Amino acid sequence: MNADLKAAVAAGVIGSEESFRTLLQSVVEVARAIFGAKASSIFLLDEEADELVFEAVAGEGEETLIGKRFPSSTGIAGWVLVTRQPLVIEDVTQDPRFGKEVAESTGYVPKGMMAVPLLHDERALGVLEVLDRPARAQFSLVEMDLLGLFANQAAIALDLLRRARKAEAALDASGEAAGVVARLAETVEKLDDERREAGLRLLASVEEVLRNDEGG
Amino acid sequence: MAQAEKQPEEEERTRELRPAWSLPAGDADKIRLPVDWPSEITRDWAWGGSTGKDVRVCILDSGVDAGHELVGGLEEAVAVTIGPDGETVVAEDTEGDLCGHGTACAGVVRSLAPDCRLFSVRVLGAGFTGSGDVLLAGLKWAVEQGFDVVNMSLSTTKRQFAGILHELTDQAYFRRTVLVASAHNMPVESYPWRFSSVISVGSHEESDPLTFFYNPEPPVEFFARGVDVEVAWTSGARIRCTGNSFATPHMSGICALVLGKHRDLTPFQLKSVLYLTSTNVGGGR
Repeated sequence: MNADLKAAVAAGVIGSEESFRTLLQSVVEVARAIFGAKASSIFLLDEEADELVFEAVAGEGEETLIGKRFPSSTGIAGWVLVTRQPLVIEDVTQDPRFGKEVAESTGYVPKGMMAVPLLHDERALGVLEVLDRPARAQFSLVEMDLLGLFANQAAIALDLLRRARKAEAALDASGEAAGVVARLAETVEKLDDERREAGLRLLASVEEVLRNDEGG
Repeated sequence: MAQAEKQPEEEERTRELRPAWSLPAGDADKIRLPVDWPSEITRDWAWGGSTGKDVRVCILDSGVDAGHELVGGLEEAVAVTIGPDGETVVAEDTEGDLCGHGTACAGVVRSLAPDCRLFSVRVLGAGFTGSGDVLLAGLKWAVEQGFDVVNMSLSTTKRQFAGILHELTDQAYFRRTVLVASAHNMPVESYPWRFSSVISVGSHEESDPLTFFYNPEPPVEFFARGVDVEVAWTSGARIRCTGNSFATPHMSGICALVLGKHRDLTPFQLKSVLYLTSTNVGGGR
């Protein structure tokens, strides 16, 4: 790979995680709003650890749950992930074991839950959950379809995030200058105007010094 | 040696050696079937008076809480796990239901076919990574046991498993084990519900457990009750659920009712009876 290409790839990778995270956050926020739910969350499957990890949360638990982990094949989320089948359950407080399990992972016990697998091509990437939509006379299959559409969008965002992380890990492991420079550029881009100007002047000076050394 | 002089064992062997797709002259009488189907197949003929007695129904799922009052006991429960060398192991299930879903399915089947014999194969809990192998091993075990009905509210999207799953579902079909599988309502390819050798099930929104529709536009073949269903759950709970995975045990229960009355039906014949007694075909008569 030539130097320009390396720099371009590095620049594309660095900082993309944050964008994809924002996209995931927006998916759970819209899901929560559309269903009028108390909370919504997305779990990513960590294949190496064989665990589900909270990646995005809107509503209850927003502050505390990101990064929290639990087993990949037990409980509601585990069942949904393994079987690839969506599930809507009401009155879950009837089951004390379930209540305890969910309270430990979400910080509160919901009355109802919709859970849908996040599938991208043939991979199961995680689970989208919507908690405590307002009780209505009956759940409808139209809502189920809507949940499926959201899941599709969330799965794409989750796949992008997964790819960005892989690429960034590969860039870090390579130890090449492209990664360092791209990270520096990303940092400078985020500064306010005044500091950004100063940062760019500093980088220009560094470049001049390095070029002079090269020449001399 | 003339045909009539053959010993029964030899005749059996000859039959096994004969290609399955030929019918030699004069043999038509040997496969003659009694024509005891009425000209109009009604629900009363199909399962009137049946309680699914002695029909063996297997729940391939998250395990079953045998003590739940809606389940009414299990004959046997096994769990599939991954052994130390990565191999699948089928052994007695000592943990029961790890989610609640298997108990829900068992309860639905029991509510329709109260005298059926229920079995559980747990394919959940061994981690996500090996779940495809566990699913295959569980289904293989169930087919080997020769259950009459296997309820599968699950599917896989991994193409690497599609071939072997297809072989297993065909094997079940030829051995008179009816596989009832949840259809997927999301835009992805998944198995085994798409195979024509299984009975695939989606949901309708009506509340009658015996209302089911034949779908003239496959791959989903039947729609059964799957919205807002009260089901058994772990810890003796009863909760309300929605999903194709709850429509599936309704179809399994109806299959058990029909087989309880007409023991010798092949999956093809059973599907024909289901078609003729569908709410939108026979008018639910």
